Amino acid sequence: MNWRVLMAIVKKDLKVVAQNRSVVIPILMVPLILFGALPWLAVLVPGSINMGGSTMNDIAPLLAKLPANLTAELAPYNLEQKTVIFFLVYLLAPMFLIIPLMVSSVIAADSIAGERERRTLEALLYTPTSDRELLLGKLLSAWLAAVATAAAGFLLYSVMVNLAAWQVVGAVFFPNMMWLVMVFWVAPAAAGLGLSVMVLVSARAQGFQDAYQMGGMVVLPILLLVFGQATGVMFFSTGLVVLLGLGLWLVDAGLLWYGRRFFRREALVSRL
Amino acid sequence: MEAVIQLKNVSRRFGEVQAVRDLTLEVYRGEIFGFLGHNGAGKTTTIRLVNGVLEADQGKIRVLGFDPQTQGPQLRARTGVITETASMDNRLTALDNLTIYADLYGVPRAEVKTRVSGLLAQFELAERANDRVAAFSTGMRQRLAFARALLHQPEILFLDEPTSGLDPMAARQVHSLVTHLAREEKRTVFICTHNLVEAQRLCDRVAVMEHGQLVAVGSPHELASRYVRRLMVNLETDPAQRESALEILAAAGALVDGQPELANGGLRFAAAGREAIPQTLSLLVNKGIRVYHLSAEEPDLEDVYFALHAGKEQ
Repeated sequence: MNWRVLMAIVKKDLKVVAQNRSVVIPILMVPLILFGALPWLAVLVPGSINMGGSTMNDIAPLLAKLPANLTAELAPYNLEQKTVIFFLVYLLAPMFLIIPLMVSSVIAADSIAGERERRTLEALLYTPTSDRELLLGKLLSAWLAAVATAAAGFLLYSVMVNLAAWQVVGAVFFPNMMWLVMVFWVAPAAAGLGLSVMVLVSARAQGFQDAYQMGGMVVLPILLLVFGQATGVMFFSTGLVVLLGLGLWLVDAGLLWYGRRFFRREALVSRL
Repeated sequence: MEAVIQLKNVSRRFGEVQAVRDLTLEVYRGEIFGFLGHNGAGKTTTIRLVNGVLEADQGKIRVLGFDPQTQGPQLRARTGVITETASMDNRLTALDNLTIYADLYGVPRAEVKTRVSGLLAQFELAERANDRVAAFSTGMRQRLAFARALLHQPEILFLDEPTSGLDPMAARQVHSLVTHLAREEKRTVFICTHNLVEAQRLCDRVAVMEHGQLVAVGSPHELASRYVRRLMVNLETDPAQRESALEILAAAGALVDGQPELANGGLRFAAAGREAIPQTLSLLVNKGIRVYHLSAEEPDLEDVYFALHAGKEQ
């Protein structure tokens, strides 16, 4: 594997993406809203905690459904503190995965389908890169950007959560082990899911917008996780997110194994 | 002569379309080789096949001794391709386009800066190095595409319709460059074009493709001799004998093809082959016509192309 070639593809794709407003704006805005504004909104506007129909006033029944380990973790806190911590640490956790998923899929759509649309792919196909290097370079650029954005979002969220909840909780309570697993194990896998879906989608898509719209359904599993937590069907815990990450990595591997055939020169050039 | 590109009985099909059919061809080191044919004749597919971007359904290909299907990366490190559309990243600057491709082509790190700045200067783009390509004219993009294709000093340069969309001045620059690359730098240049004037002017040899099949290959002169028998001849006689000469030519039978005509103060007729010219001259002189001047127009690739395209010799 020629790392210089991989890094050249990464550099090229990221520089090109950085010039595309329709890609850059959502990549910046969504994390800023989700991780910068939402913690303050949750704490300063009590009525805003209404996920799944629960408000701060009637969240007690939801808290009563928590598994023993979560109940023990929240035991030292009063109801108001529990509510804030439960919302910011657990209920919002699945939303975090939207970031790596969105960033990886939007960048992959631009660098694969978008490059074909801009008619710049052919020049790349005539370089001495192997098919594998080409695929890995394309994946790496989107994956690195997604993981970096998720990590930056996590840092922002860590600061904002503790600042926003300071008046209520009076202590630094974030991040916990579950979130560290989310950031370093699950988020990279979620980024991989966005990529692998986009590799498949880009084989059929006519251009960037087409690919991005076709790949949009990839966020559905994340919304199911959010809904599942809000309704008390399931609750994120360290063990669960470890398993979730493992599942995502396996799905990634399967999709990439299946999708790599669409990323051979032969297949790519036939669609130019 | 060393053959740097060899194709033997190569075929490639896309669904129902036979893009290349049983193509056998050799291109020699240092020559400018023209690959002619109308749209859909199989020219671009052939470039993709010989660079290992597409795989042949059957047949054998060797380029610089490499098998493109199994040694594509090694081969592409020694070839350069300029596609029909310049295929430049419009969102990047000229400098970025070249620097990134220098890495992709494996240009030694220590030489990247020198080569990039040298090529930007050679193609008169140094002052625009930090401008985005989106702001460039078609001619500037084409020059940048040449610079990019030459970054790794390829032994063979493939040009797919290199002057398509260029104004005459820019096209002339491309012609000069191609000649320089072949004659001074001893690179092999393989040009796909349907511009017959360009091919006539630049190419040492040409191949004519039709519906994926090779229908002729040789130097423009050889092809003209082989496929175009009909030569246009301009004749100047004693003005008083012009009508008589016209009658003699009209009755010359197998020597003259079609009807002779009065033109530009003289006569103009189509000789049915090179040997018909001295025979026609003898005929006229023997009939007492005083001939002051006779000149034959050499057929060009356009005549060859249409002779082949018509599927018969003229």
